[in-house]
Amino acid sequence: MTASHDVILVGGGGAGLRAAIAIAESDPRMSVAVISKVYPMRSHTVSAEGGSAGVIAEDDSLDEHAYDTISGGDWLCDQDAVEAFVREAPQELLRLEHWGCPWSRESDGRIAVRPFGGMKKRRTWFAADKTGFHMLHTLFQTSLKFGSIVRYDEWFVTSLLVDDGRVQGVIAIELMSGRVEAITARAVILCTGGCGRVFPFTTNASIKNGDGMALAYRAGAPLKDMEFVQYHPTGLPFTGILITEAARAEGGWLINRDGYRYLQDYNLGKPEPRPVLRSMELGPRDRLSQAFVKEVEKGRTVATKYGQVVHLDLRHLGAKVIDSRLPFVRELCLKYQNVDPVSELIPVRPVVHYMMGGVHTDIHGATPIAGLYAAGEVACVSINGANRLGSNSLPELLVFGARAGLAAAEYASRQGNPAPTVLALARDERIRLANEMLHRKRGRERIATLRQEMQQTMEDSAGIYRTGATLANAAATLRQLQERCADLALDDQSRTFNTERVAALELSFMLDVAEAIVNSALARQESRGAHQRTDFPDRDDERFLAHTLASRNSDGSCRIEYGPVTITRWPPAERVYGR
Amino acid sequence: MTDTIRLQVARYRPEQENEVTFQEYEVPCPREWVVLDGLNYIKDELDGTLSYRWSCRMGICGSCGMTVNGEPKLTCATFLSDYGPGPIRVEPLRNFPVIRDLVIEMGDFMRKLTRVKPWIIRDTEKPLSDGAYRQTPDELDEYKQYSMCINCMLCYAACPVYGLDPKFIGPAAIALAQRYNLDNRDEGDRDRDAVLSEHEGIWGCTFVGECTQVCPKNVDPAGAIQRYKLNAALDTLKSFLMPWAKQ
Amino acid sequence: MNDDAACTGYHPRWLRTRVSTWWWLQRWPYLKFILRELSSVFVAWFVIFFLLLLHAVGRGETAWLQFLDWAGQPFVITLNVISLLFVVFHTITWFNLAPRAIALHFRGKHVAPFWIAAPNYIAWLIVSVIVVWMLAGNR
Repeated sequence: MTASHDVILVGGGGAGLRAAIAIAESDPRMSVAVISKVYPMRSHTVSAEGGSAGVIAEDDSLDEHAYDTISGGDWLCDQDAVEAFVREAPQELLRLEHWGCPWSRESDGRIAVRPFGGMKKRRTWFAADKTGFHMLHTLFQTSLKFGSIVRYDEWFVTSLLVDDGRVQGVIAIELMSGRVEAITARAVILCTGGCGRVFPFTTNASIKNGDGMALAYRAGAPLKDMEFVQYHPTGLPFTGILITEAARAEGGWLINRDGYRYLQDYNLGKPEPRPVLRSMELGPRDRLSQAFVKEVEKGRTVATKYGQVVHLDLRHLGAKVIDSRLPFVRELCLKYQNVDPVSELIPVRPVVHYMMGGVHTDIHGATPIAGLYAAGEVACVSINGANRLGSNSLPELLVFGARAGLAAAEYASRQGNPAPTVLALARDERIRLANEMLHRKRGRERIATLRQEMQQTMEDSAGIYRTGATLANAAATLRQLQERCADLALDDQSRTFNTERVAALELSFMLDVAEAIVNSALARQESRGAHQRTDFPDRDDERFLAHTLASRNSDGSCRIEYGPVTITRWPPAERVYGR
Repeated sequence: MTDTIRLQVARYRPEQENEVTFQEYEVPCPREWVVLDGLNYIKDELDGTLSYRWSCRMGICGSCGMTVNGEPKLTCATFLSDYGPGPIRVEPLRNFPVIRDLVIEMGDFMRKLTRVKPWIIRDTEKPLSDGAYRQTPDELDEYKQYSMCINCMLCYAACPVYGLDPKFIGPAAIALAQRYNLDNRDEGDRDRDAVLSEHEGIWGCTFVGECTQVCPKNVDPAGAIQRYKLNAALDTLKSFLMPWAKQ
Repeated sequence: MNDDAACTGYHPRWLRTRVSTWWWLQRWPYLKFILRELSSVFVAWFVIFFLLLLHAVGRGETAWLQFLDWAGQPFVITLNVISLLFVVFHTITWFNLAPRAIALHFRGKHVAPFWIAAPNYIAWLIVSVIVVWMLAGNR
């Protein structure tokens, strides 16, 4: 028994749901399947807090948003994509408002915007400090309107069905029953999010394992700019829970052990009592995280049970501002850190948060493989370049989710039905999965052990500062871990809701993605944005103003090539903050 | 302060057994650990066959609802040390069919959510070119609380009416319907009224009030339901006494 | 290998636990709820008692004295004391729950629940004072 649809969305978060709605609205006759390994309202979009950027102020312009994004990305952004993005973002956010999103308002009822890191003007729309939550629930609840959207809740996609050079569907496990099915389609859009769980300390949920990146990688699509991993400067120690950049946008200060606003030592401007855009605490995330590492080296950070931290000081904001603008921050600090931001300092440290890199796509969300599209964090268009600005990823979901949805629908409308040979592929995959499960009965490696070793390797080699030697070792270690992964043990041999089996599949996805990250980082011999090499500390536009493309060889190893960056109106220049 | 704590975890493996059994595990309990950390420790180190749902571990995704010592809780927000010296009993959420171990079946809620039409309904759509709807902070406050629902279903687990009569539409669905009814941009209250006024709609509720007590996000579904009941009753009275008045 | 065998048929047996008849004894909030609902029975008893009283008054002095004798018996007094406790419980829970059903606005701000419950208590107090005064005054 095989199900068949016109377009499949793998992943039901912000990008996936936006794409599904875009297709359903444009052509109600198209059958759209949303296949998600969790119920859509559990998707990680739900935990985004700060806001969503879109130009609406009188004194703001699209060009300025574009410039902020491009300079924030250290000139690795494709400028045609950025121009399309900044132009469509405000419309998408407005569309979401019409669908009921509870954007925070000025007293006269107009949409409110707040300042955000790396942005010269105020353009970040927000819904208190739960923007992602409200956006996701608005999208999910709106998607319920459309009869043409069919949902496969808690189905885990294990591979793409590629035949005749075209992607023609997916193989997925229904978690509840354990049955493995082929679901065919004329186009597939990957919206599975990032891969933060490849690292040990991350804001990301357990479900962010780079599933879509690995699926595309194994199907032959290149992964672009994987070495650019964003460390968010303010995560709670131990849990890694995100303390939104909005806390700094509202006026929070980052201070070291001596109570000193240390960012002034790092070419980020001079400290002022009120937040100054593109300066100090509102600088770009990569520079702030790097400043933390330097402070640790100077011995000016605070030692705690869970590592070195600095402090985020919100006390001068007052309870009224905190309760109206940052209520969730207060709740999280009280609950998970036993600290009340109104009267105490919040211990924070940089934490892995976002993948700038991902599946290589064009500005319509199309990958080089026919019939395969990608949107959201899983994709790399690239609008974020070497470092993403806060509040750009939520509108990215909407803009490129819609673009990929419409592009995929248009492609699908020109295709015939998937060929019967696809079912043969499906049968092979089903047999392979069954055999693998049986084999794992006698496996000797524990999932948790391999996962922890992978995470530790990534932390040590692909952190905020990297060197060639450590990266080369890491690449070798990951190769070994891949081999050991073939010998994984599965205690759980049952079919019903077997989450251990899912964990094993996720681990193998993560190893592929980790290899792409490390190999890409090793090859890029310069420092740019979030990728900092102590052995190559300068930016090298001559050799490396290019996108890294990591592809899988037939023997499983990683091949690195380079592709051009599209420059339109903003020639590469120095990144300046605080001046 | 003890170093470890005992968890008594409910197990149900439909391929092996017909009923629930309990298995005991000893897990470390540092001060920062929540029940979910304990379950993850069990799965990683002691027994990989334990199945449960989790994702964000910060109380926003709603995946990890379970019954802890008889109370519906989010296990990512419930600290082990609060239950010292233990043991702690961890079971699946009440009032739902159990698929496996701590995983419950939530298709019923998903269907009910769709039935209350949780989206903006308008007689005429406003074009994007007209800009955003005006909504003052006070108008936002009218429904804001009800929009905070994370769909964790602790309220359904706490509601005895839902336990006794699974056809009852339930607290979260009604709260979400109210979230749209009270949104000044929405014009769909009549559309939702048909579903809410059914016997198993709002009138099934007997105001036990436990839903509000267990809600981790202070949504107050009980309040939403009683408000709706009062308004519905007043509307009926009005239409009876003054049939000429437009609703 | 038969393809279809791998993908049809198996659906796990979901476990449905029947709610026990004694569900309301399992948690204190549930017991409190049932007692609250049960209190309506005692409210009904007071209404009946009051009707019996009126009926006795209507039928003249002998009937009234007989009624007083009957009402003075230990079991009736016990019943009425228990009923009074339940009715007080009923009243307090009712007044405290009333604000949850009403969302009032005054000058653009939400009226706090206290100010919706308070008038009820005040009215109760006033009426009780009047009743006690009337009864005491007619000794």
